[in-house]
Amino acid sequence: MNITILNPTSVQYLTDFSYIIAITFFVLSLKWLSSPATARRGVLVGEIGAGMAVVTTFFNPELVQFKWILIALLVGVIIGIPLGLVHMTAVPQRTAMSHAFGALAAALIGISEYYMRIPHINKFEMTEIAMEVIIGSLSFTGSLIAAGKLQEWLPQRPIVYKGQNYVSFTVLGAAVLSALILIFNPMTPFLFPAMVIISLLFGVMLVTPIGGADMPTVIALLNAYVGLTAALLGFVLNSKVLVVAGALDGSSGFILAVIMCKAMNRSFSNVLFGAFGQLQVSAKGDQEERIVHSATPEEAAAILTASNTILVVPGYGMAVAQAQHKVREMFDVLTKKGIDVKFGIHPVAGRMPGHMNVLLAEADVPYDKLIEMDDANGEMAQTDVVLIIGANDVVNPAAKTDQSSPIYGMPIIEVNNARTVMVIKRSLNPGFAGIDNPLFYLDNTLMLFGDAKSFVSGIVKELSGGGE
Amino acid sequence: MPEGFISNLYVFVLAGFLGFEVIRRVSPLLHTPLMALTNALDAIVVVAAIIIAGREGTRLSEILGAIAVAAAFSNMVGGFLITDRMLRMFKLSGRKKQ
Repeated sequence: MNITILNPTSVQYLTDFSYIIAITFFVLSLKWLSSPATARRGVLVGEIGAGMAVVTTFFNPELVQFKWILIALLVGVIIGIPLGLVHMTAVPQRTAMSHAFGALAAALIGISEYYMRIPHINKFEMTEIAMEVIIGSLSFTGSLIAAGKLQEWLPQRPIVYKGQNYVSFTVLGAAVLSALILIFNPMTPFLFPAMVIISLLFGVMLVTPIGGADMPTVIALLNAYVGLTAALLGFVLNSKVLVVAGALDGSSGFILAVIMCKAMNRSFSNVLFGAFGQLQVSAKGDQEERIVHSATPEEAAAILTASNTILVVPGYGMAVAQAQHKVREMFDVLTKKGIDVKFGIHPVAGRMPGHMNVLLAEADVPYDKLIEMDDANGEMAQTDVVLIIGANDVVNPAAKTDQSSPIYGMPIIEVNNARTVMVIKRSLNPGFAGIDNPLFYLDNTLMLFGDAKSFVSGIVKELSGGGE
Repeated sequence: MPEGFISNLYVFVLAGFLGFEVIRRVSPLLHTPLMALTNALDAIVVVAAIIIAGREGTRLSEILGAIAVAAAFSNMVGGFLITDRMLRMFKLSGRKKQ
């Protein structure tokens, strides 16, 4: 190719410098994401950095053909644009899909490196490649399963059987064993595809038993794995730009996973191997006569109008019912009446970190009205009405009071400290986690039975009809 | 030990700490865009995929490399696109569109 008229050493410098600028821009990009005011600038520098790195790579003297690269880039654009334009409600599954693509790319590069290098491969290189390919492959299938669950092509319920963890660990052990044999005896190349397939299988087995409510942690953990894979690939290829990008992505996923676990008061291993959310036999037979107060949209609207401060606590149910736009209308009407309406966001509300925030932002709720759990709890005593829309476990007072509850110890939005609590819910059925919620039976709780979207519509109609 | 392992390890450790300090400061409000953005940045593996797909190699490495290019580049394009779309939605009170 004529591009190589440039002296190879100067091309090397050019690439290195452009990669250094790229990683500098990547760090700035993440730094500017700390506030919504500067975040879009962050995206722009990220794009410039990535674009420069891609363009200068084309000058690499090793390249001998470009046709397939260009076709593949075009395919990437064709797949990438629709994935960039999905609805905000589909963002969790889109994110899981992009984890899958990231893991796939890194794993395939590792596999291809292996076949380029055998039989001249030393133990050290083989160790790096094996680690990279195992983690990449299991993250690929694990992310696909997560995406399938979030898209509801697969049941969100945990799928479990007896002795599952033993079987899963045996499978992982088999992958590690094949890797070890490959490291110490490079004359067994047939074991390499076996190692890949076993790792792919382990990814499926890792995520299948995990329930929908644990998806925020799982997505964050998969994010960390994908970052780790990219960093390991950087070691394999001796490419510092990959090491840095992978380390940044990996630490981001890891931090988010830790935040999610803390917000559920659970450990990584409990999320991964605890199969939370199986139907539990709840011991509530002895308390059949608990009294439930319920209200109609008209009554609910009257209570909302009579209040000064309102806290809305949204959950996954709001996303399922697609109620966020109606909720925004309600927010507008109430705000116009001079009522202070805020949204209290629990870190694990929804199916991925920050899920509720993007849904409400999409519906045009200003972000200064979205407050974090601790702030919401600080203001709770001064809150007249809490309106819970599609949230359950994150407001369950049993997490504070009932040591026998499976969610005991989990930090919650302490809505029971507000003057009045209203809960929009289809019925009194406990969610699929099967955890009883004593909040529904409190004296200051009103149950608003119905579909979230139509109930909020009813409230909006009443508010705008009666109030003007 | 392969060439550059130790210097890569230095870079990895430092970048990990840097990432930790920078990302710790990202508001929970923006955790979803954060995940989309780090996905797009991680898609920089596309530069390695381009070399694998385009260098003198076997048919297998060409095919694997080309698939990797497509997968990684779709993440780069889609990741930046959706991050920017999400961030455009975050507005303060009194500055609504329409």
